[in-house]
Amino acid sequence: MHDPSLEQVTKSLPRYPAGAMEELDRDPSSRKRFLSMVGGAGTATVFATFLAACGGGSDDDDEGSTAGGDSGTDPTASPAGGATATREPNPDPKEGTTDLEILGYALSLEQLEAAFYADVIESDLFTGADLGTIKQFGEDEQVHLELLEATIKKLGGEVPVAPKTKFPLTSQAGVLKLASELENGGAAAYLGQANRIRSKEVLAAALSIHTVEARHAATLNSLAGLPPEPQGAFAVPASMEQILTFVQRFIVP
Amino acid sequence: MTYANPRVPESNAIEIHGFTRGAFILRSALAVGAVYGTGAVGTFVGQAVAQDGESGGDAEILNFALSLEYLEADFYRQALELDLSAEAAALATRLGAHERDHIAALIDFIDVVGGTPTKEPTFSFPITDEASFLELAQTLEETGVSAYNGAAPSIESPEILAAAGQIVQIEARHATDIRVALGQPTSPKPFDESLEMAPVLEAVQPFIKA
Repeated sequence: MHDPSLEQVTKSLPRYPAGAMEELDRDPSSRKRFLSMVGGAGTATVFATFLAACGGGSDDDDEGSTAGGDSGTDPTASPAGGATATREPNPDPKEGTTDLEILGYALSLEQLEAAFYADVIESDLFTGADLGTIKQFGEDEQVHLELLEATIKKLGGEVPVAPKTKFPLTSQAGVLKLASELENGGAAAYLGQANRIRSKEVLAAALSIHTVEARHAATLNSLAGLPPEPQGAFAVPASMEQILTFVQRFIVP
Repeated sequence: MTYANPRVPESNAIEIHGFTRGAFILRSALAVGAVYGTGAVGTFVGQAVAQDGESGGDAEILNFALSLEYLEADFYRQALELDLSAEAAALATRLGAHERDHIAALIDFIDVVGGTPTKEPTFSFPITDEASFLELAQTLEETGVSAYNGAAPSIESPEILAAAGQIVQIEARHATDIRVALGQPTSPKPFDESLEMAPVLEAVQPFIKA
């Protein structure tokens, strides 16, 4: 069985403008596919977040066992929220997804990336400048993770537990290619959520992380001998579903 | 991308919003206008003021972005007139092509939201060789990242916000490419800074000739 690469997952997307991916997220049958895909009870941590994010706590039959609160609740409206500058609610892209759910999703990805870099460092496959780059990127992800955790707590949400992960780390070239896929995926994931975020503060934070993920991605593309802007002048966003399809192979049940 | 024929921007209708609100910004910007010609600062003035409180809407943010993309595109065009190494020339060619695609897309968006695309100013850059090219390229690309990140939360249309995200990710990759060429750390900070319009205006003003 071969997993689709991120490129394969995203290449069916329109390059510009963004937006078609939203259909996927709102499609209840794709949500069902999700449920069957992630199945096991032991993986309720990161997957619960993904499901909450993708399901939006809507008419589907989930048990409400999710980290992000239920549908339509704007976390920024809570007095504990602190984020007072709220963007104009838009019924389209933002429907059914709260900022807390998006933050939980982003945190899960950062947890995955941080675990990846920790494993790569431990693998002793890299030395010198490349090891320095990997350590730096791992530290960046750790800082992102901490900010996202703090923001989730500030908004009154539950911080998802880090998933158990396993990455195929056998050669330098293989690891660089995988790192490049993870970082390009991370950048695409943030990009895919940008116009669904309600709070201006959360959006500003997400944007400031998004471009750092892009820097990581471009660096790793260069190290892996790939074009730094593989999609040309306009980066392609990815939906939560597309990202989960890509990363689930690294999650240990 | 399929923006083969970027339209020639129509002449810029200079509208200065919030004259009283943005008095401070206006004073300095208009002083610059007196030196360089008001046409050159029209967009920047309107934009800076809009962010000060009187919203000029997405069209003005788009025009602000368009002005920066004009600047970057012309910068790479002028850089290619220098005696560059093959690597640096390839970089300037690739990045310049992306910026021209951004210009075409922004002009389309400005049309869609009913605005008037700002006119392209004439630029002058203090670049004489590869080293000065790369050094200024880094400044411009980093400024571009911070400018988009600063303006994006004020964008009202979800579609335009998404498109701005698609562009800023590329600007961040460009900034990285330049850092790779300079042998610098490619991820200097865990969070990219955002800049408001006024400091960006200040940063690019010296390159606007007319």
